[in-house]
Amino acid sequence: MKRFTYTRAETVADAVAILADRPQAQFLAGGTNLVDLMKYDVERPDAIIDINSLPLKEIEELPDGGLRIGALASNSAVAYNAQIQARFPLLASAILAGASPQLRNAATTGGNLLQRTRCSYFYDPSTPCNKREPGSGCAAIGGLTRMHAILGASDKCIAVHPSDMCVALAALDATVEVVGPDSARDIAFGDFHRLPGDEPQRDNTLARDELVTGIRLEANRFAGHHTYLKLRDRLSYAFALVSVAAAMEIADGRIVDLRIALGGVAHRPWRDPLVEAEYAGAPAEDVTFQRVADRLLFEAKGLGGNDFKILLARKAIVRALRQAASGRPQSQTLKAIQ
Amino acid sequence: MLDRSKIVGSPVSRIDGPLKVTGAAKYAAEHFEPGMLFGHVALATIAAGRILAIDTRAAERLQGVVKIYTHENRPKAAYRDSKWKDAVALPGHPFRPLENDRVLFDGQPVAFVVAETPEAARDAAGLIHVHYAAETPNTHIVAEQHNSYEPPVARMKQFLPPPPRGDAEAAFAAAPHKVSADYVLPGEHHNPMELFAATVRFEDEGRLTIQDKTQGSQNSRDYVCGVFGLDPDKVIVKNDFVGGAFGQALRPKHHLFLAVMASLDLSRSMKVEMTRREMFYLSWRPSCVQTVSLAADDEGYLQAVLHHAVHTTSRHEDYQENVANWSGLAYKCDNVKISYELVKLDLATPGDMRAPGAASGVAALETAMDELACEVGIDPLELRVRNFVHRDQNQDKAITSKALHACYREGAERFGWVARSPTPRSMRDGNDLVGWGMAGGIWEAMMSKGEAKVRLSADGHVTVSAAASDIGTGTYTILGQLAAEVFDCPIDAVTVDIGRSNLPKTGVEGGSWTAATTGSAVQAAAKAVVKTLLGHAQSMENSPLAEASEEQVEISEGRLVLEANHQVGTAIADIMAAAGLDAVEEQAKVGPDILSMRRYAAYSHSAVFVEVKIDEELGVVRVTRVVSAVAAGRILNAKTARSQILGGVVMGIGMALHEEGLIDHRTGRIMNHNLAEYHVPAHADIHDIDVIFVEEQDQRASPIGVKGLGEIGIVGVAAAVSNAIFHATGKRIRNLPITIDKILESEAVQ
Ligand SMILES: Cc1cc2nc3c(=O)[nH]c(=O)nc-3n(C[C@H](O)[C@H](O)[C@H](O)COP(=O)(O)OP(=O)(O)OC[C@H]3O[C@@H](n4cnc5c(N)ncnc54)[C@H](O)[C@@H]3O)c2cc1C
Ligand code: SF4
Repeated sequence: MKRFTYTRAETVADAVAILADRPQAQFLAGGTNLVDLMKYDVERPDAIIDINSLPLKEIEELPDGGLRIGALASNSAVAYNAQIQARFPLLASAILAGASPQLRNAATTGGNLLQRTRCSYFYDPSTPCNKREPGSGCAAIGGLTRMHAILGASDKCIAVHPSDMCVALAALDATVEVVGPDSARDIAFGDFHRLPGDEPQRDNTLARDELVTGIRLEANRFAGHHTYLKLRDRLSYAFALVSVAAAMEIADGRIVDLRIALGGVAHRPWRDPLVEAEYAGAPAEDVTFQRVADRLLFEAKGLGGNDFKILLARKAIVRALRQAASGRPQSQTLKAIQ
Repeated sequence: MLDRSKIVGSPVSRIDGPLKVTGAAKYAAEHFEPGMLFGHVALATIAAGRILAIDTRAAERLQGVVKIYTHENRPKAAYRDSKWKDAVALPGHPFRPLENDRVLFDGQPVAFVVAETPEAARDAAGLIHVHYAAETPNTHIVAEQHNSYEPPVARMKQFLPPPPRGDAEAAFAAAPHKVSADYVLPGEHHNPMELFAATVRFEDEGRLTIQDKTQGSQNSRDYVCGVFGLDPDKVIVKNDFVGGAFGQALRPKHHLFLAVMASLDLSRSMKVEMTRREMFYLSWRPSCVQTVSLAADDEGYLQAVLHHAVHTTSRHEDYQENVANWSGLAYKCDNVKISYELVKLDLATPGDMRAPGAASGVAALETAMDELACEVGIDPLELRVRNFVHRDQNQDKAITSKALHACYREGAERFGWVARSPTPRSMRDGNDLVGWGMAGGIWEAMMSKGEAKVRLSADGHVTVSAAASDIGTGTYTILGQLAAEVFDCPIDAVTVDIGRSNLPKTGVEGGSWTAATTGSAVQAAAKAVVKTLLGHAQSMENSPLAEASEEQVEISEGRLVLEANHQVGTAIADIMAAAGLDAVEEQAKVGPDILSMRRYAAYSHSAVFVEVKIDEELGVVRVTRVVSAVAAGRILNAKTARSQILGGVVMGIGMALHEEGLIDHRTGRIMNHNLAEYHVPAHADIHDIDVIFVEEQDQRASPIGVKGLGEIGIVGVAAAVSNAIFHATGKRIRNLPITIDKILESEAVQ
């Protein structure tokens, strides 16, 4: 672990200004990811800017019926917020599918968005990794690939984004609010995380000098038909092998509006709005769900160790859509898949 | 009055519990000494090769760094291997930290930083650059098993396969029903909560007091004295509290060597605590490949048993455990052939991990028994009942006790086994396929040599002492109970003083023998106290006990009385006053009964019943119910005993479904060396576990009738889970852990 300075920022402007001054600096939110990575010598910031005093903890209602979640609202605060549970239960469910209660108490909304991949080579500075050290190569290719991507990977990086919360936010078309040294801007959730391409060191499109201040959610009509289904190597406290966030509006047994995002399969939460649009109007039944799965996974490619994920994802998509359609979302406390 | 028959056996809460839950119990890393230094180890990042150069310049420049040790400047230590061999050492060359430029395994210590703060030490360790000449490692047991060999030197005689009996091959060929398959188990890694740590207090005149995480304070003491040539009277090792060990802390680890080395070299107190990652390169359950072939006649009577086991060891030591011999003694069979070999890989030396050998070997045997039951077409429980044997055919000895029929009966009844439908895939619950499986478990009931001291004060207070360790099992409590029983006093009138090397001699805590050994020693010492008291009582004028023999007296409510008539007796306080004493103290020594051991073998047994539910599409497995029925002699404490079995069952579920060290065989490195990626069961994976202790009287296994419980709980569990998965799906998966990908790829679900 490298030596670093520690500064507590009091205002958003303050935080962004300090960051602009220190190109090697990093924000510290809950620290559940950053501190681990520093101990492993993967992240080596020379300055830590503690943002926990910034006034970004609120979850507030917006005049248009949406909600804004402050970047520092903890994962638990969001998951157990009455408004979120009533109007965005998919988000609450996805958060509760992740990590452990202790971690969720510490982890923040912004930090969750920016958490880094769990690729075990990324975590080990003695191995080549293009994400950690651009140009050094990718040790995962040809190695242990069980957890790796089946969609959107490149020959530079095959890592997946580990977040559960982000899979729900992708399905819900959230907006990320960010502030830079000169201005603030919104980033559509679908544009926030990236595919690795030739620059796997860039997980997302946030600029180096920007701070995430919050997430905006628009009102929707998915509260009756949604689910977050996560499949993993034990029944709790493991990252997803495959997860599915599904939400739909149904009228007369037909899908009016469909949203589906996959976790654990790609460098970003995987969504394909074209496929969703295609099945608007289709009957909410297994045949449709299977077609959706086939279409979403059309380009899926296994790397050996993770070939099973393609089949698993297909099954998970069908089950999740069935759960959503029937209005019986997956429970995150029951010790069973429904 | 206290009901004497109740204190031993009853669910007495741990007497060290309050200290533990309030944080007052200090573990090895939680001791601080004024002016102490801190050490941190830099680990090899290759699995085989040589160190060409170590660049420590950047690390040395760091503020707070005191000294960096590598193989180039390590202070001298013992020359002969014999000095490095601890009480549990293996055939081969014990590992010597920072000895030379050879790298034998991933995670080997290659440098050791000593600094004023733990942070500086850690930071500096990260700045050390090692240049290696790496060689191509071999770490894949399946790929390397053709290089297996019989261990030239046995670790223990009883680990060697028994001589073949009958003609197993011919009987196998001739039998109408047979099964034969390979079973593959991955390496498993110990992850107790407490990390290895040592705090060394450097004292005047070369005295050292060491707080060490170990399962044997005297073993650690003797090791450092041997390696550094120290006077055993000047070194005290303490291990008051141990945060879980399961066999990993039987042998001294590099933290102890390095902490003492630096302390002696720098004349300072020292602390070294390992990282979680470091725990993955120490005493792990070896990856293992087994072939089991069983044959039976039409009624299911075993005609032949063949079991061949190969497991991993390191380049420098021959780790051995009893994997396959269980197959020769678990069931009646006259044609048996067992073979056992090792294969050297570029990995750290494996070691004992809860029920070492049996956990692996019985997993294969009991899965094969299930396969045989299907082949013959009889109920798997019935197959086992038919092949019951009340003799150790391997050694041709009688068995001290074997209440396994009771385990079968009571376990099956509690589980509801009669309602099982024999056909795979025939039971369901909604989306789930339901599977019921069972397996048997077996473990040796061992007793070793041990000593204990018991002191009874005139005020009735009792102190028990021995250099035993409580690794979380409840040793403090059961020793207190055994003393309280003899002195008819409440448990809080007993102080248990263990976990220190300068107490009466005790072996390492392992193999489930502590309760039998130290427990028997405590009881013997307590009885010796009673005898001495009787002597003093009889020297009193007009003693009512003048004619009594030691067998005729006991202690009741603070008085030494005739067992037959409690009215007749004398108060302990009066006896001691008359003798001018404030306390009576006796020490006792116990050991296995050699004569009896020639004729008898002692084992604990179990029957494990498991229900799994498997989502028929997705393949998600849940272990929804476990009943473990155990025959392990006398149960000293119903609560700590149950906890041992619960823990064993949870670990067995982990073995079946979760645990696996993932090695990148290109580099020979373990890649999931942390608790996020190395999976053990989470709470959500554990449902109902029911523990039954069946009645078993056995004075031959140990004087106090105890057989030990630390290991038996895990044995058989993985097989029972795997058998239940077969029953649910009709697909047999023979390589553990049974993860969702294997379920999908075997087409166990559609
Ligand atoms: C053992 C373990 C298991 C886990 N299991 C799961 C799981 O199953 N599912 C899951 O989804 N997650 C899981 N997690 C990950 C967890 O959700 C993340 O660690 C957490 O969300 C990160 O939030 P944080 O506030 O602690 O971030 P930090 O660690 O503080 O920060 C993470 C990164 O985000 C940056 N950052 C933080 N806030 C901002 C901001 N406002 N603007 C710009 N940059 C910012 C930091 O600079 C840093 O680079 C697990 C973590 C652990 C340790
Ligand atoms: S997959 Fe990506 S993160 Fe993992 S080693 Fe390759 S480049 Fe690094």
